[in-house]
Order: sequence, then structure tokens, then C-alpha cells
Amino acid sequence: MTDPDPDPASQEGAPGERAAVGVDEWVARSGERQESLPGPLGAVQRAFGRVGWWPRLAAAVVVGAIIPQFGLNDFQFQIGINMLLLALLAVGLNISVGWAGLLDLGYIAFYGFGAYGFALLSSSQIGGGIHWPAYASVPVVMIAAGVLGLLVGLPSRRLLGDYLAIVTLFFGEAFVEFTNNVASGTLGGPNGITSIDPYKGFGAQITTNKGYFYLLLVLLAVVCAAVHMLDRSRLGRAWRAVREDPLAAGLMTIPVNRVKLMAFSFGAAIAALAGTVFAAQQISVFPTDFDTPFLILIYAALILGGAGSIGGAVIGGLIIAITLDGFLRSPTQSGYIFYGMIALTLVVKLRPWRKLAAVATTIVVFGLAMHAIVSAVSASSVAGGPQSSGWIADVVRHWVIVPSNPTGPGNIGFVILVCALIAIVQLRGRWRTMLIVPTVYLAVCVWEARLVGQPAITRQLLIGAILIVMMNARPQGLLGARRVEIV
Amino acid sequence: MTPILSLDKLSLAFGGLNALTDLELEVQEREVVSVIGPNGAGKTTLFNVITGIYDPSGGDLVFAGESLLGRAPTAITRAGIARTFQSLRLFLNMSVIENVMAATYGHTRATPIEQILRLPRSRREEREARALAEEVLAFFGRRLAGYRWDQPAYSLSYANRRRLEIARALATRPKLLLLDEPAAGMNPNESLEVMELIGRLRAELGLSILVIEHDMHVVAGCSDRVVALDHGVKIAEGTFDEVANHPAVIEAYLGRDPEALAS
Repeated sequence: MTDPDPDPASQEGAPGERAAVGVDEWVARSGERQESLPGPLGAVQRAFGRVGWWPRLAAAVVVGAIIPQFGLNDFQFQIGINMLLLALLAVGLNISVGWAGLLDLGYIAFYGFGAYGFALLSSSQIGGGIHWPAYASVPVVMIAAGVLGLLVGLPSRRLLGDYLAIVTLFFGEAFVEFTNNVASGTLGGPNGITSIDPYKGFGAQITTNKGYFYLLLVLLAVVCAAVHMLDRSRLGRAWRAVREDPLAAGLMTIPVNRVKLMAFSFGAAIAALAGTVFAAQQISVFPTDFDTPFLILIYAALILGGAGSIGGAVIGGLIIAITLDGFLRSPTQSGYIFYGMIALTLVVKLRPWRKLAAVATTIVVFGLAMHAIVSAVSASSVAGGPQSSGWIADVVRHWVIVPSNPTGPGNIGFVILVCALIAIVQLRGRWRTMLIVPTVYLAVCVWEARLVGQPAITRQLLIGAILIVMMNARPQGLLGARRVEIV
Repeated sequence: MTPILSLDKLSLAFGGLNALTDLELEVQEREVVSVIGPNGAGKTTLFNVITGIYDPSGGDLVFAGESLLGRAPTAITRAGIARTFQSLRLFLNMSVIENVMAATYGHTRATPIEQILRLPRSRREEREARALAEEVLAFFGRRLAGYRWDQPAYSLSYANRRRLEIARALATRPKLLLLDEPAAGMNPNESLEVMELIGRLRAELGLSILVIEHDMHVVAGCSDRVVALDHGVKIAEGTFDEVANHPAVIEAYLGRDPEALAS
């Protein structure tokens, strides 16, 4: 090989010379252009992109503050409080999971620690009773939680990935066991701590749901602003660098272990803050409030909204909480979500429309035929009516098979349904399309016979289904940024 | 003149395998030294030992008058040795400028509280970090021009990712830069650019540079001195011409001449 020809025409890229073919700005920006929407929507999108972070935050707070002016009742304020609490918790979890990339399954314990810490400092549980004002007890509890976060994070210096997840999960479970069994005179055991003071200080106190709603709105805004500032500074960059490549981060002067510990610590302090509000608003805390199912909801909120994005964490928290407490509370409304998701999945996945129409018609006919056959063989097998109410029940009454005693057959049907779903995932092509018909029918039967009456289970199932749909439609979550690995 | 980096009988063994054996190497201030050798000769392993990823099993490693033995990689980088990686290890899902600014962590001091409240020290450090990042990115001219700074690192081409790794290493404000195959995957013109860049880094930043490179045009064009390794042993050292014509080097690359073997 000879020396590369120093042809002046190919000396591109040197400073001050003309742009080279294939590396100019227009080509480099092609990705941005493809991602932006066409037409007026694109203009809106670009305009939104130019707005700074604090006008957006201010706008969100204003919207949140205006909504109660439409006259919410106490129950609706309670839902609002649950939404804001979950959003606050998701923002805290985002630090360790979304930014530092540490799978912290003990996060819920910090929430519980904050609640119990506030309860002890604001009740008659210790000694003659400590009744600190909130401006003293909340900072103390948050700092204590931050220190506890450091201690829990210590194993993360050595543990990676799955191991860290399991160890922190043990910690979370240990917290529940601890509050259940240790020092029941002080912590109350399973009976928890009751008659906790409200948030009080400077001669005022917050006692109404409306008050806590506004308190949480302010706290959430402040926490979001603080966390955003961290994200845009050296510590935030260090967190994300550690997530991307710990070895390279260490070699770029970032003290990896210390940075990880700080992620645990900040997340813990935010969770504890949420815990103090929870305790004050509920007036009581119980060990079961801080068990694993609620941890799963926090994770669901973060994943749905998009890990790594503050706005995503907030929106995810709001959506999950309102879905659970608002929509899924009554069987009719959870029915809307259930049937809506089936319909949506079929519409999205079955193309062209002729195939969709064929499958839908077949499902209807299949159901009518099954109902006719079964009722001819054994009248008692279709004696039970659908468990949901309203117009959905009227529509499916002579279509689904609900036995007079639905519990046993419903359970068996559920197991078969799970098997059918697994089979659908494995099959391809025509067989898959054919299996869709009985599976959808079976799903509706199981729903009407069994699941509607079990809100605790259906809530979890539906959240799971929402996440599965999300993973297929938009894996990075609603507001999350796409993570790319180069192969 | 005392060398900025000196290796004294440095050895590294993995079990029974001697990856490096009694290696002696010195790098003077503002000197560019190339390390060459066939695949598996121990070149990248040498970088890993210098940067603290592996602890040597014997010998000493002195940088700017202080032994680096037993120091963590982070501490070694803070002392003034920065490196790039042969298999790129960028922070892919961060923007170009954030990749560079992340490497300024070591010489910024603002506490989290200062960062949250944007107190004066935090603001000043952010400004300085940004300025430093823009300064090191400017070394690459149009290649990493301003419109790319906010793009994610994964969107860069392979050659640009190599450049970004160099920029990130520079942001740690090193005295000694270790470049692991900076011209890999580049076309001849881009390789020339790398060669030119190495010269500018020495001239404008006063860096000492230790570079692993397979492209002999680059090696010939940029090095003051060349060191050849094979099986973890230094087999030749000197100017490019001396090393390139050294019988041991030719043997390492091409094998022994069969006729010479026969005789």
C-alpha cells in the first residue's frame, strides 16, 4: 500500500474547509426531521420543544391547581392525592432506576420509613408523645431516610444487576416484617400507628383532603424542579454515565460507588417525603400499606411513563393511580377498559380490515353457536348471568356462557385462558388467527363469570395488560427517550 | 529529564499466562510513543494495567514521580492519565456534549445542594465545563461541529464516535493520553487527520501521548519513538525505521523465514 493520495479534493473535514459529501449538517439532521411530525402538528411539536422546562412545569402546576375549582368532592380529592403521591414516588424511583440504572426493589421501604418516621414524631407513641411541627419532623425524616438509603446502597458497591435487585427486595420485605413484629409497643405491630397529627406548623394545620391535594401539588413541583436541576448538572450526568457504562465512567473521573450511593440516598429522601404526607393525610399507618404490591405499582408508573424522564414519571404515576382508583373501582368501568383493550388490540394487530371483519364476525357467531349448543345440552351451565352491569351485560347476556355457580368453572377457564394466550404467542400465521376466536371468547366468558367479581385481581391483570400493550407500541414509555444499543 | 511515565519491570500474569513480562517503558514529556505488535501481543493489556483496570503482578508503575500501584482507575485518571478504548465505550444514550461534560466530574466540586439551588459555584463550574467541552470538541473542527452537540452519541458515525472518545478523554484534563487504535475503522484520509490531530494535541496542549496503532502510516507519521511488543515482551524499541526493520519485529508479524530455518 502506498501513501494515501493527498488529493486536495478529498481533504474534507479539516477546519475552515467546505463540508464534505455525506457528513454535512443536512444529512446529520435527517433523523430529527424523520422523527418530527408533518404539517401543523409538527409546528406545535417544535414550538413545544422550544419552551423551557420551567414554563412547562408552571403550566402543569396551574392546570393541577385549576382542576379542583370545578368542585370535586372528598372522594375525588382522595383520588387526586393518590395520583400525586404515586407521581412523587415515581419521580424518586426514577433517580435510581431511570438514571443510575440500579434496580432498587427495596424502594417501598423508604416510603414506609418516611410514613412511620413521621408517625412516631407526630403522635403519642414515644414516651409522653412527641408532637413536632411538620417543618421540623419532615426534614429530620427525609435526612434519616437519606442516611438509610446510603446504608442500603452499600451492598450496591459490590452487587450488580439481579443480585442487587434481590438484596434490596429482601430489605423491602424486612421492613414489613420489622414493623409487624418488632417493638409492637411503639410501632403498633399489625395494628399500626393511629391518631397521627396532621401537617402542622406556624399555628396552622392541614386537615382536609383539598389541603393535602394542594400541599402535594406544591411538593411535587418543588421536587421536580430540584431533581431537574440535579439532572442538568454534574451529578445527573454522572448518574447517567454510570448507567451507560460503569467502567468508562470510572475512567472518566466519576467515583462510581459514591455516585450510586447518592442515587439511593436521594430517591430514599423523596420516597420518605411522600411517606410523611401519606401518614399525615391517612392519620394512620399500617405495615401492609408498604408491601410489595404497591412497589409494583410504582414501577408500573415509571415504566409506563418512561424511565429516565421526570415528566414521564409524573404522567405514569397519574395514569396508573387514576386507572386503579378511578376507573377500575367499579366493575362497569373496568369492563370498558377490558373490552376496549381487546377491541383496540384486534384493530391494531389484524390487518387488512377484511381479516379484522372476518375475525370479529367469527367471534360473534362462534359465541352464539357455543351458547346455543351448551344451553341445549345443559341448561344450568348457562343459568348464571354476566357479572358486569349496564349495557355491556345486556349485550353479552345471550352470548357468554356463565354457569349458575361460576367459581369452579371460572377458575378452570382462567387456567385454560392463560394456556391459550401462551399458545397464541407461539403460533404464527393462519393457526394464530384461528386461535384468536376461541381465546377472545374464552377471555370474555372468564371475565364475566369470574374476574369482574374480583377487583383486586383484575386490577393487577389489567395493569399488566396495559404494560404489555405499551411495550409493543412504545417500549420507551410515554415520555421516555429511546435507548439505543449499537450492535 | 525525568520521564512522565515509567514502567519498571512491569509484569502481569493471568494464572499461568504471562500477559506482560518485565516490561520497561518510559514516556518523556511531550513525547509521542507508539506501541505496535501483532494481535494478542498485550498492547491493550498494557493500557489496562496503566489505567488501573488490572493490578500488575510485579514491577512498578511511576507517573509524574508517584507510583500508581494499588490506585483505583478513577484516582489514576484524576492524577492525569486519560484513555480511549479500542472497542468504543461511549455513554451512548447521552448527547455528544454531555459525554464530554461528564468527564469534567473530577475537577468540579459543587455539592448536590449547590447544584439544586444553582448557587454561584455550581453555575461557574457548569459554565467552565461547557466551555471546556466546546474547546475540546473544537479540535475536531467540522467533524463534531456545533449542530451535533445535542445529538445522542449513538447517532454518530463510527469514526466520529472514535473522535468523541478522544474529546471525552481530553475533558479530564490529562497530562498523558493513551489512545487505543484511534485510526481503526477510518479511511486513509481520516487516518491522516488522526495523525495530524495527534501532532496538534502535543503542540497545543503539551500532552504526552502513548498510542496503539496498526496503521503503519499513522505510526510512521506521528511517533517520536516506537515500541514493539510480542507475547507481552518488548522485542524492539527505537525510531520507526529501526523498529520496522528489526528482525524480531518482522518475525513477530510474518513468522520466521523458512529458508533461514532450514539452514
